[in-house]
Amino acid sequence: MPVPIHLPSALAAQTGGLRQHLGDGHTVGAVLDDLVARFPAVGPRLRDEHGEPYPFVTVYLNDEDIRLSDGFATTVCEGDEIVIVPAVAGG
Amino acid sequence: MSTLAIPSGLEALPLACALCGAAHTAARPTASCAECLGPLEVTYPQDRTLPDRDTIAARPLSLWRYAEWLPFLGEPVAARQVGWTPLLEVPRVARALGVGRAWLKADALSSVSLSFKDRVVAMAINAVQAFGLEAIACASTGNLANAVAAAAAREGIPAWIFVPEDLEQAKLVGTLVYGPRLVRVRGTYDDVNRLCAQLADEYAWGIANVNLRAYYGEGSKTMAFEIAEQLGWRQPTAVVAPMAGGSLVTKLHKGFGEFRAAGLVDGPRPRIYGAQASGCAPIVRLFERGEGQIIPERPATIARSLAIGNPADGRQAAEVLRTSGGGAAHVDDAAILDGIRELASLTGLFGESAAGVTYASAKQLAARGAFSPDDEVVLCITGNGLKTAESLAGDLSGVPVIPPRLRDVAALLSA
Repeated sequence: MPVPIHLPSALAAQTGGLRQHLGDGHTVGAVLDDLVARFPAVGPRLRDEHGEPYPFVTVYLNDEDIRLSDGFATTVCEGDEIVIVPAVAGG
Repeated sequence: MSTLAIPSGLEALPLACALCGAAHTAARPTASCAECLGPLEVTYPQDRTLPDRDTIAARPLSLWRYAEWLPFLGEPVAARQVGWTPLLEVPRVARALGVGRAWLKADALSSVSLSFKDRVVAMAINAVQAFGLEAIACASTGNLANAVAAAAAREGIPAWIFVPEDLEQAKLVGTLVYGPRLVRVRGTYDDVNRLCAQLADEYAWGIANVNLRAYYGEGSKTMAFEIAEQLGWRQPTAVVAPMAGGSLVTKLHKGFGEFRAAGLVDGPRPRIYGAQASGCAPIVRLFERGEGQIIPERPATIARSLAIGNPADGRQAAEVLRTSGGGAAHVDDAAILDGIRELASLTGLFGESAAGVTYASAKQLAARGAFSPDDEVVLCITGNGLKTAESLAGDLSGVPVIPPRLRDVAALLSA
């Protein structure tokens, strides 16, 4: 099931300028893995060496921070969107 | 990108990544490091000449008297009169906490918008001018909205203000009156924040707490500088401050450290204590766990100015509380309201809900033995109670209503 991933401009250098990608998979992690399979350079920007999310990179499924759900194991459904945002804002 | 023509030599200092150290060389500010997405921080010239006490003391009473520690070269072009809020000694609070002396750093009285956000916006509005950006914007829980809208109005710069839909009315009205584009977003502050991070990617705006954040945050250090100077060039032994995104406690610690490094004060840095509402306390809970990352929360508290469930500086804030020898506390909504009332009744200063959090947390910390009779404690009162007065509106039900007759007052006296 293809799910659109929206990338911040800060990651566009790793995707040849692409800011959107249709990734395939049934979980957030699987969809992101599909993105990484096409653009391997983006992989280390999305997960740390243990495969965990970075504190400064937030992944949203629709409007929800995946850390408030099941993280990368969160299930995706038809019509969902994944948005990746550098999480340095706030305060 | 259109630009504003500002006849100024004002120059924003360069940025570098706080995590990987990569220099940020783009012509316009961005939110994060292009190499690793880490946060950016200001790089100060190594060879800058720092002023001594007498030089600072002779300067105008604003936060710009500490210009050498602020992220610009040249004279500021906007917000030149911000800062230098009162440091009020409050003996009744000292007795309540069982400490030697206590003060309130009264940013509730800050010019021009009655919160400490005037300090950070003073940096952001000058950064907008230095980069020639077409508008200023922010994601806000209210106080920042007030400060950005006011500063933009004064400079004639377009402002876009994004807030959670359910903010206190006074904060909404107190923003709209300045004439910005105010947008209420269905969701929490964290939702607004995510939206603004995406906006920063799309528009040539200076978003105060997103792509101008490195500059903006430096303004908070001036609270520490002022406390030290107002105490007669010395440091308190402890500081209690509210935490939302967590930036303020890190900048207080940094500010005291910079004054020590410059030889303006000596002795150990104060212990820093952070205060949050129980309904949104991700930093306190990280501090209590002792290690790991922030676990985001869905805020549920009347202290909306502190209702940030995914605090950007949370991990660094918890680290500062630890390394400074301080601590953390969280208090529930009932304690927050009692804190606002008790602080006002003991000091004459009406603080907003965040002040209730700070005072109630200080009392909880005192009850846990955090302070000693020798301590000199500063409570940071970051916002004005008139902005959140509706949270105490229920108190009016106990106020007598009488006809204008002497005998009715006499009846009250004998009741």
